[in-house]
Amino acid sequence: MIYYDSVTLTYGGEPVLEDFSLHIAPGAHIALMGRSGCGKSSALNLAAGLLTPSAGSVRVEAKRLAYVFQEPRLLPWLTAAENMNAVLSDKPETMPRALEWLAAVGLADAAGRYPAELSGGMRQRVNLARALAYDGDALLLDEPLEGLDKPLQAEMLSLLRRCTEGKTLLLATHDPAQAQALGCRILKYQDKAFVSEE
Amino acid sequence: MKLVKRLGRGVLVLAFWLGLWALLARLVDTALLLPGPWAVATRLAELAVTLDFWRATAVSLLRVLLGAVLGVVTGVLLAALTSRFRLLRALLSPLLTIVRATPVASIILLALIWLGRDILPCFIVWLMVLPVVWANVSAGIEAVDGHLLELAAVYRFSWGRTLRRIYVPSVMPYFLSALRTGMGLAWKAGVAAEVLTVPAKSIGRYLYESKLYLETTDLFAWTAVVVLCSLVIEKLMLAAIGRMDRRWNRGGQA
Repeated sequence: MIYYDSVTLTYGGEPVLEDFSLHIAPGAHIALMGRSGCGKSSALNLAAGLLTPSAGSVRVEAKRLAYVFQEPRLLPWLTAAENMNAVLSDKPETMPRALEWLAAVGLADAAGRYPAELSGGMRQRVNLARALAYDGDALLLDEPLEGLDKPLQAEMLSLLRRCTEGKTLLLATHDPAQAQALGCRILKYQDKAFVSEE
Repeated sequence: MKLVKRLGRGVLVLAFWLGLWALLARLVDTALLLPGPWAVATRLAELAVTLDFWRATAVSLLRVLLGAVLGVVTGVLLAALTSRFRLLRALLSPLLTIVRATPVASIILLALIWLGRDILPCFIVWLMVLPVVWANVSAGIEAVDGHLLELAAVYRFSWGRTLRRIYVPSVMPYFLSALRTGMGLAWKAGVAAEVLTVPAKSIGRYLYESKLYLETTDLFAWTAVVVLCSLVIEKLMLAAIGRMDRRWNRGGQA
């Protein structure tokens, strides 16, 4: 489903990923863990097609790919519901689905509010709901629960676990508990490479 | 209560300046040099009941409007093209700098060699509005948040959806600012061009003839028309821009 073959990625001459290979089978859940700047987000951005490798290749065979960005990336001029619907079809017929997913993350009452009127945690939940509503067969999650308090994290993890069953998932996180809760095989950054914990 | 207070203050300020003008006119005591406000108002009222007055005002306004609309449309198109094609921007940028640096009177006299006097004011307005819209909209396109464009790429927004949902709202504040500046410039430059080219049936022609025949009261009356039109255009523009601003910036920044 997602294939990284001997990928090297450099930023301003500095290598971020070096000879990185990873094959993620359909339905597999993988978590990349490590310190900030070790290349977790870059690996996700490569899969999303937002970065081009300096060497090697990245191939994604998903029909639809959803991405929970580290920052919510909401369109400031649209309400929470409109933000959700913008990634669906942007037509009125998908608005009920957008509202359902907002309700699923506990934001039914915030549907008509603009991003500037939402707290950081609420914006992150819209980000999460947007990716889940998109219903991709592969899901990229970059620190998806950043900015949420513990009870909300537990609630969102439970929702994520239910909704990502059977889907391919690539998670970037600092928190091993999140990776475990989502049933991920953990790849930890060690000696300039991501290595399996198993 | 606040409105009454504001109105009262406005009337007082107006009365002060009209009084000062009347005083100066009395001291000068020659209508050829400085007609009083009452004489100008009377002349304006006389003009306002003639067909020629309304025709000249309408023709001048239409010329400016046509030039401004063309300036806005070409400015936006050029901004889109030059943001996409860097070479085109490099090619056209010196032209923009030259147009901005050249006094409008020089451009008018030069253009008079190539263009008919009826179309020239329209051309001058176009030339004044275009660089303002071009520069502002280009700055707006440059400032579009790359993160939002990445979002559009990941979620496979069509070109139309990206334009409607990301580019247009991002660029709108820059565009509205260009309209604000551009329309102020357009009216003044349009009338200046009319004065220098004296096209038939226009405010500029009446201004020019008033000066030529030393009809100072007429000159003041037509200048008052220019000022009044300018105020009306500004008020209408600000109201329209205010509406559009609210429409596009309801949410503020996230």
